[in-house]
Amino acid sequence: MSNILVIAELHDGHVRKSTHSAIAFARQAGSTSPPSTFSILVLGQGAKAAAAEVTTFGAAKVIAVDDAYLANPVAERVAPTVAAIAKSGGFDVVVVTASSFGKDVAPRVAAKLAAGYAPDISSVSAEGGKLTYKRPVYAGNAFASCEVTTAVQVVSVRQSEFAPAEPTGGASPIEDGALAAKDPAAERVEFVALGEAKSERPDLGEAKVIVSGGRALKEKFAEVLDPLAGLLGAAVGASRAACDAGYAPAELQVGQTGRVVAPKLYFAIGISGAIQHLAGMKGSKTIVAINKDPDAPIFQVADYGLVADLFTAVPELVTELKKQT
Amino acid sequence: MKILVPLKRVADPDNANKVKVNAGKLETTGLEWKPNPFDEYAVETALRLTENGANPKARLGEVIVVAFGPKETETTLRGALATGADRAIRVDATDDQLDGDLVARALKAIAEKEKPDLILCGKQAVDGDSNQVAQLVAEYLGWPQATFAGSITSEDDKSLLVIREVDGGTISLRITFPAIVSVDLRIVAPKSVKSKHTADTHTYADGVRFAALMAIMAAKKKPLVEMKLADLVGADTALKIKYNSFELPPARKAGIKVKTVAELVEKLKSEAKAL
Repeated sequence: MSNILVIAELHDGHVRKSTHSAIAFARQAGSTSPPSTFSILVLGQGAKAAAAEVTTFGAAKVIAVDDAYLANPVAERVAPTVAAIAKSGGFDVVVVTASSFGKDVAPRVAAKLAAGYAPDISSVSAEGGKLTYKRPVYAGNAFASCEVTTAVQVVSVRQSEFAPAEPTGGASPIEDGALAAKDPAAERVEFVALGEAKSERPDLGEAKVIVSGGRALKEKFAEVLDPLAGLLGAAVGASRAACDAGYAPAELQVGQTGRVVAPKLYFAIGISGAIQHLAGMKGSKTIVAINKDPDAPIFQVADYGLVADLFTAVPELVTELKKQT
Repeated sequence: MKILVPLKRVADPDNANKVKVNAGKLETTGLEWKPNPFDEYAVETALRLTENGANPKARLGEVIVVAFGPKETETTLRGALATGADRAIRVDATDDQLDGDLVARALKAIAEKEKPDLILCGKQAVDGDSNQVAQLVAEYLGWPQATFAGSITSEDDKSLLVIREVDGGTISLRITFPAIVSVDLRIVAPKSVKSKHTADTHTYADGVRFAALMAIMAAKKKPLVEMKLADLVGADTALKIKYNSFELPPARKAGIKVKTVAELVEKLKSEAKAL
C-alpha cells in the first residue's frame, strides 16, 4: 500500500491533459489490497482555480500551491515545493508525466528526497504490494523490468502508454499547500521567454490522428500535409531529418528523443523509418506509410503501405477522403 | 571557461534493433561501442564555447572529459581528446555497478574537485534512455540547470543564454555559473552555439567535428587519469534502481501493401475502422 502524490502540470491556468496519464498510473499502482490512496498536487500561478479541474478523479485530496514564484516552469523553483509536500504529507511515490516538464523536474525531486527514480515507464505492476515497472530502453527495442530500492520512489510515466484517466465523480477536497523555502540555485536562473509554437492543431501527445512528414517533402512540407491534417483534425509531426533540414520546426519531431506518440491513426509520409523515428510512433494503433522507396524500413511497421510519389498520392488522398464525407 | 563533459559509451545506436534478449538478460554482443551521440554533441558544444571558430586549434579555456567504465572506455575518451578536449578522467567501474544516481554523485565529487564553470552533457544516453544525470548532478551540487538545450549563447564569462527545446516550443533561460546544461540534437547545427570568441559571421559545419590523423596521434599523449569509484562516493555504492530482466517488445503483425489511394481509404474505413 502506497501513498501516491501526482504532480499536475499547469499551463495557461489549466491542468494539462497529460496529467491524466499520471493519474491513470496512480490508480493502477494503487490497485493493491488494501488499496493505496493518491493525492494531486497542483502548483503554479492560478493553481487554486485550476485545482477544481481535478477534483473528480477520486483523489484523497487536491493540494494547491498558488504562488507567483511558480508562474513559470523552472525546475529549481518547482522541485523544492514538490519535495517538501511529498515529505510532510508522508507520500512514498511521487509521479509525474514524462513531458519535457516532468523530465526536467522529476530527477531534482528524487535527489532531494534521496529517492530512486524510474524514468519514462510504460507500465506498472503492484503485485504483492511491491511496485515493479517496465520501461523501454534502446529506442524501444527492448523493455526492462525494474524496481526502485529506496523507501520513497519518484516515477515519470510515458503519456502514450497510460491512457488518460477519466473522471469518476465525487469531489476531492482542495487544500492549500505552502511554498517551500527557496533554493539558492533558483537565484541563478532567469526565465527569459516562452517561445510557444502557435498552432490550431491538437497537441501531438493528445491527437487521435497524426500526419507526419519526412525530408522527402522538402519545402512543400506544410503545403502537402496541412490539407490532410486539417481534414482529419490531425496533429502534424515530423521526422528528425525533416526538422534538421529546417522543413519543419523542432517541436514537431516524433521519435526516441522527440515526442513519443501512440495515436489511433498515424500517417508516415516520405519517412524512411530510422530506428529513432520508429521508437516514437510504433505504439500507434494503425500505421499508414506512403513512400516511393518500396524497401523503406517504415513499411516493416506499417499496417498499410502505399508505394507512391507522395506529391501526387497525398493530394489524391485528400480528394478521396472528401468524397467519403 | 572551464567545462566538464561526461561521456558514455553505448552499443551502436543505429543498430539497436539488433539487441537480443536471452533468458531475461540483454545481449549487445556483435554491436560496436560508440560514444553516446548526445555526449558527442556536448563535446562539440564545449569545443565551440572555448575557441574562436576561425582558429579552432587554440583552446581558449579548458575541456575535461570524464567517462565511467572499464579500461576499454579509454578509447571513447581518446576520441574526444583527439577532437580537441584537453584532458580526460576515467572512473573505473562496470555498468552493473552503476545507475544514474551513483554516476551523478560521483560527478558531483569530480566537479567539487575540478571546479568547472559549466558541466555540459547529452540530454540522455541512447541505451538506457533515462534522461536524468544532468538534473541529478545539478540538484546534488545545488547548481542551476538548463536541460534539452537547442541553442547556447555565451554572453560573458559568468552566464549563458540557453534556448531549451520543450513540448510545444522553446523556453529561454539565462543561467549563471557554475551551472549544468544538457544538450539536444540541434545544438550542433551551424549557428546553434554562439561564443564570444567567435565572429557572428562564422558558420560551423553541421554536426560534430572529426579528428585528423595527426590529432589522433597527439591525443595519445594528452593526460588521462584513472579514478576509483569508492574514492568519489565513499562506501555508499548502493544502487537506487534495480533492473531485474529484459524482454523484446511485442512484434507488430505484418501489414499489407495497398495499390491505390482508393484502396487505402477503403481499408482504413472498413478494415481498420480508423476513419
